[in-house]
Amino acid sequence: MYVIGELINGMFSNVKKAIQEKDGQVIQDLAKAQADAGAYALDVNVGPASRDAVGAMLWLVENIRKVSDIPVAIDNAKWEVMQEIIPQVPGEKIINSSKADEDLLDKYVPLAVANNASLIGLTLDQAGVPNDVDKRVELAAAILTKCAEHGLDVGKLFIDPIILPVNVAPQQADNVLRSLEQMKMLSDPAPHFLLGLSNLSQNCANRSLINRVYLAMARGSGLDAAILDPLDSELMDVAITTDLLCGATIYCDSFLEAARSK
Amino acid sequence: MAVPDVKEKWSAIVNTVTIGATSEQGGTRSSTVTVGGAGGLGALSFEGPLGNRPAIAVEVWDIGGDTLPLALQEVYGDSLNSAADWAKKAVEFGAEMICLKLQGTHPDGGDRSAQQACDDVKAVLEAVGVPLIVWGCGVNDKDNEVLPRCCHTASGENCIFGTITEKNYRTLVAACLADKHKILAESPLDINIAKQVNILASDVGFALENIVIFPTTASLGYGLEYVYSIMERSRLAALTGDKLLQQPVLCNVGFEAWRAKEARGSDEEVPGFGPAQKRGPLWEATTATNLFQSGADIFVMRHPEAIRMLNESLDEYYGPRQG
Repeated sequence: MYVIGELINGMFSNVKKAIQEKDGQVIQDLAKAQADAGAYALDVNVGPASRDAVGAMLWLVENIRKVSDIPVAIDNAKWEVMQEIIPQVPGEKIINSSKADEDLLDKYVPLAVANNASLIGLTLDQAGVPNDVDKRVELAAAILTKCAEHGLDVGKLFIDPIILPVNVAPQQADNVLRSLEQMKMLSDPAPHFLLGLSNLSQNCANRSLINRVYLAMARGSGLDAAILDPLDSELMDVAITTDLLCGATIYCDSFLEAARSK
Repeated sequence: MAVPDVKEKWSAIVNTVTIGATSEQGGTRSSTVTVGGAGGLGALSFEGPLGNRPAIAVEVWDIGGDTLPLALQEVYGDSLNSAADWAKKAVEFGAEMICLKLQGTHPDGGDRSAQQACDDVKAVLEAVGVPLIVWGCGVNDKDNEVLPRCCHTASGENCIFGTITEKNYRTLVAACLADKHKILAESPLDINIAKQVNILASDVGFALENIVIFPTTASLGYGLEYVYSIMERSRLAALTGDKLLQQPVLCNVGFEAWRAKEARGSDEEVPGFGPAQKRGPLWEATTATNLFQSGADIFVMRHPEAIRMLNESLDEYYGPRQG
């Protein structure tokens, strides 16, 4: 499971404060803690913390780079911002994200190719999040087609079928599972499939439990990447165990410890 | 229709391990051996680097050479009476390392003392310049008494000592750490246990880079296809990034091949099988070349003709042997 740590986000008060007070240590500590906990990449999102989206993002990346060369997922919805930031990000990077509209993909995919970046493509267009399975699969096919057209290696593509809070959209969790099963048949080799897992349990009780169970279910349907809280050790143990049960890793009695010390 | 490209891409390579130390490196060896470094499955040079040429170690015993099959006794002759002479003969036959098996320390097979074992190690080190693999008798208590002392005797020589197992690893790990030797980690043809032994050694401070895996093996005709599948799975995990299985692999070829009646049977015992002096080496060499394709990095061999044939096969992949 390719875990992308979600904790460097201006939505969280500690990160917001750090951005506003230029306290780099907080960001460095968060980067290190998530990498140590087993994250393969870190999501970076300025959120509402600053009006200077570009400057604040580059400051966050600069602080992460002081402690780790881990890939960073630059999380911003505005094309102008992404276009300006991506060429300036040192090391491995992921563009988070592009919607599936053709005109947007015609900009985002070439940006990824030109900067040797990976790309997260959302199965979401101007009409919003699809309510059903078919539309998700159709949008995933559109993303794959555009990547082939512009020459983005399928191994650098993450398709996100969009998970919504289960208390708000109760059918969507199941729709996403069915979509994953179909989307993985679209191309061989298949791209990565990713979810912003925590969104599933927004404003729910027993959030960690909901996240854990769904992560295992989605893995069974073909999910191989997730943006989540890597400091939730029970959740990380589920991720490690799904790797084992899907045949991605080899069992030994100390399999949890073996994976944690990767 | 175009032929599909079935080449696999791998993300990791097998660890490189060097055995032996010259005088500049704090030892007394005249040569060292470096194995590992493969970036693809055995012999598939189009998928990734083949890595270092696998090394040939030759088996030498402390005592008991007179129990070897006749075909082996004939080529080693009187040298079998002393580990040092046997080792010299083995080097003449092409040994790049000596694998000294201290089977005489077995409580039921001579019960030689730790001091006698140390003397044997010392004698072999003095007799030959190639690096050493030192192998205990397999009885935990006795090995734990004998091997740490042998480790100390060979301090600075950067040998491989073996074996550690899931149930018995702490003592030898501590000794190899103290005297800076490599270690041989044994598992009974079980990939889960191979991984577990490595993590246990790692937990008590032994670097994964200093471990060689001994998966135990079989010979041609006695389950070699199962061995192949286990070694292949282990190597696939290594090549896809499992650090606990990225160690080079040692195969005990001579021991396994010469257990088979097809190899050890005399011309009288197995009439119609062909002459023993050809049959045994062929059995050993065929077993070895199969294990090469499974990903073996160190072969422990016996018969000079089998060594010659194996080298001939390896030459096709790596070019003529250097030095």
